[in-house]
Amino acid sequence: MSGNKHHIGYGTYVIVWIALLAFTAITVTIAGVSLGRYTLFIALLIAAIKSALVINIFMHIKFDEPIFKIFLALSGTTILIIFVLTFVDILYR
Amino acid sequence: MSDHENVLDHKVHRDDVGAKMGMWLFLFTEVLLFGGMFLIYAVYRYQYPEQFHIAAMELNTNIGTLNTIILLTSSLTVALSIAALQKGNKLLSMIMLGTTIVLAVLFLVNKFFEWSTKFAHGIYPGSSILTSKPNGQILFFGLYYVMTGLHAIHVIIGMVILAFMLNFIKRNKVTTDNYVKLENSGLYWHLVDLIWIFLFPLFYLIQ
Amino acid sequence: MDNSSGVLPVEQVKKSFYQESTNKYTGIGAWLLTKDHKRIGLMYMYAIISFFVVGAIIGLLMRLELLSPGGKLFSAQTYNSLFTLHGVIMIFLFIIPGIPAIFGNFFLPIQIGARDVAFPRLNLLSWYVYITGAILALTSLFLPGGPIDTGWTFYIPYSVRSGTNVSLALFAAFVLGFSSILTGINFVTTVHRLRGKGMTFFKMPLFVWATYATAWIQIIATPVIAITILLVIIERAFGVGIFDPALGGDPILFQHLFWIYSHPAVYIMILPAMGVVSEIIPTFSRRTIFGYKQIAYSSLAIAFIGYLVWGHHMFSSGQSDLSNMIFSLLTFLVALPSGVKIFNWVATMYKGSIDPQPPFLWVMSFIVLFSIGGLTGLVLGSLATDIHLTDTYFVVAHFHYVMFGGTGTIFIAAMHYWFPKMFGKMYNIKCANVAVVLYFIGFNMLYFPKFIMGYMGMPRRYYNYLPMYTPYQRISTYGSWILVGTIFFIIGYFVYAYYRGKKATSNPWGGVTLEWHIQSPPIMENFETLPVITHDPYDFSQLKEMKNE
Repeated sequence: MSGNKHHIGYGTYVIVWIALLAFTAITVTIAGVSLGRYTLFIALLIAAIKSALVINIFMHIKFDEPIFKIFLALSGTTILIIFVLTFVDILYR
Repeated sequence: MSDHENVLDHKVHRDDVGAKMGMWLFLFTEVLLFGGMFLIYAVYRYQYPEQFHIAAMELNTNIGTLNTIILLTSSLTVALSIAALQKGNKLLSMIMLGTTIVLAVLFLVNKFFEWSTKFAHGIYPGSSILTSKPNGQILFFGLYYVMTGLHAIHVIIGMVILAFMLNFIKRNKVTTDNYVKLENSGLYWHLVDLIWIFLFPLFYLIQ
Repeated sequence: MDNSSGVLPVEQVKKSFYQESTNKYTGIGAWLLTKDHKRIGLMYMYAIISFFVVGAIIGLLMRLELLSPGGKLFSAQTYNSLFTLHGVIMIFLFIIPGIPAIFGNFFLPIQIGARDVAFPRLNLLSWYVYITGAILALTSLFLPGGPIDTGWTFYIPYSVRSGTNVSLALFAAFVLGFSSILTGINFVTTVHRLRGKGMTFFKMPLFVWATYATAWIQIIATPVIAITILLVIIERAFGVGIFDPALGGDPILFQHLFWIYSHPAVYIMILPAMGVVSEIIPTFSRRTIFGYKQIAYSSLAIAFIGYLVWGHHMFSSGQSDLSNMIFSLLTFLVALPSGVKIFNWVATMYKGSIDPQPPFLWVMSFIVLFSIGGLTGLVLGSLATDIHLTDTYFVVAHFHYVMFGGTGTIFIAAMHYWFPKMFGKMYNIKCANVAVVLYFIGFNMLYFPKFIMGYMGMPRRYYNYLPMYTPYQRISTYGSWILVGTIFFIIGYFVYAYYRGKKATSNPWGGVTLEWHIQSPPIMENFETLPVITHDPYDFSQLKEMKNE
């Protein structure tokens, strides 16, 4: 049996789902408005919030072994490094 | 990790945390796989901002939004399926899992119509209409087809896995006391959803 | 303690894993369907060594072509295929899987006091995936279209244009990468979940630490090459615009993605080798390792910094000057943790009672060869000198010293160290001592002249050369004969020992890590009762207790 068992109720999942749909509505609406250079930033910010909800609640990482969070941070850092070092070339070429 | 000790001493052992750890590690490889593609996307979008803007006009935001809603809902149903099984409600678990698979099919049907419309307009890799467009647009559509296509392949794989799980629950191979397989399949399905959460604004919302 | 002969016959008390099957089959089925990590390790060994021999013979043919100027033996196209195959086979089929798949599989679970890896079935699957990849790679040689000629780096745009079987070879690399990922996942989970009682992270042997760090690189670097390869295949098959400059793509971006994996892959190759060195040196110095924690941490540091330096393969590609400077600086940083290791190894030997058995001698030759490889790496890491030396024989010599002189040598050292444990037989020590000397001579004759030719300006990957290089090329080719001859000699005395060798004791070298506590060859599931670990990994005061066991 899973060591840290933390069962989430149906209600929580439904609330998260509603929040996800709401964020989708917001991001689609905002995309219609011209915000210039902030458009991309806001779209990605909303995507990040949505994925945080999915990862924490749907994927249980909030309640799982702490080591999984460290692993997650590791893979996130890796992607960040790849992006930064590649863009050092692309931006200054 | 209270179960750590008794895990070791049995010849046939069961280690749910270990199984989940393996699954998470696998998911990270998936994240990095798509990460590589997002990097390519980022570089080309930086190099051809105008062309990406124009090319994205061709995409149908409504279909994209609909598919987003479908996938988010399917994530909910798969999570509910696990919760139901944890509470011992086998029937509800199976219904939810079945719903997830139906939603996945809906997603793919939408995708099919979306792609075939593009093909009908002559926008597909190597077509004379596409190759006559400026470089930035060729790259945009190249990435569009590859990234959404690879995502669709993941949806299909996820569907197959979930169908197996449905069968396992039915045959009591996955039960209230032993559901780590279903949990891991659920994790995979959520990952498919996660990737779409990023694909959606990057392709459909840059008009 | 006196065990220099290492061949005292012992009564074998339990059936070894050779005599017991994990499944209902006997004979070949007991192997091909096994879930036992030791059998899978050995299956990897037979496959990997076979591919190594193929790669070595191709290398021998290339050297034969270069015996004299004029390109008499092969056409330019054939030579292009030869060096591509040599690279693909040696890198993807030999060096990357080599130490982790064979010795990691066999000894990692034993060294942490576990009965098997975390996912035994997955482990068997990764062997099959590996074999599939290997078969695909070899198939690409014989299909119409001809063997690939792009070099193992598959640089865009030529890899999109070449009419040879590039797609199939790329797919083979993709499949092999998948196998590598599965092994990595397995090892990380094993280390986290299956350590024995009392086996804390800082009681793990350093080989486990090194393999653990390697497994992480396999997990986080391999997917990037997987997607890159996949994109090139898609680009070739459907004409999708991704990298091809004719469609607006950026070939330098391909190089970034390629090296984001392929540089860390260098550390997938060398880290496990460094782990083996950290096992062998204390055993034969009868002294606990100097700076255990520093060596453990330096493995992680190398894995991490190794991820930040891929751009040093691209100094002359046209990437930005700022990138060049940053990557050059970061490259020098890798020398720090590598230096930590070298100094700690030397400090371990200091005042130890050194027993110069063959595994130790192989490690000595590793230290010399790897240091030459490492130091010439600094020459290439500096921007100014790299511009002069890039794509010359200097680079070829450098990476052969690092890869072959480093990982290859340690692969052989590990064979000598663990052979008695794996097979329960002892090889001829005198033969092994002769082999290490011949190997060292042959190796330096083969590769050192390439440094000289390199800074004289001899470019790599040419099937022909100017007469001014003739003497150096000659020496190099003669060296290749000695080296390959020695390798066959080594295989020969191992095979002889396997059939006719004397029985080995359970602890011929006086090692103290867990594999030396169990019989040779080990029983199925390794331990009768799982060990409780109380000692530090290299605490040689255990040896007395072990004798009384």
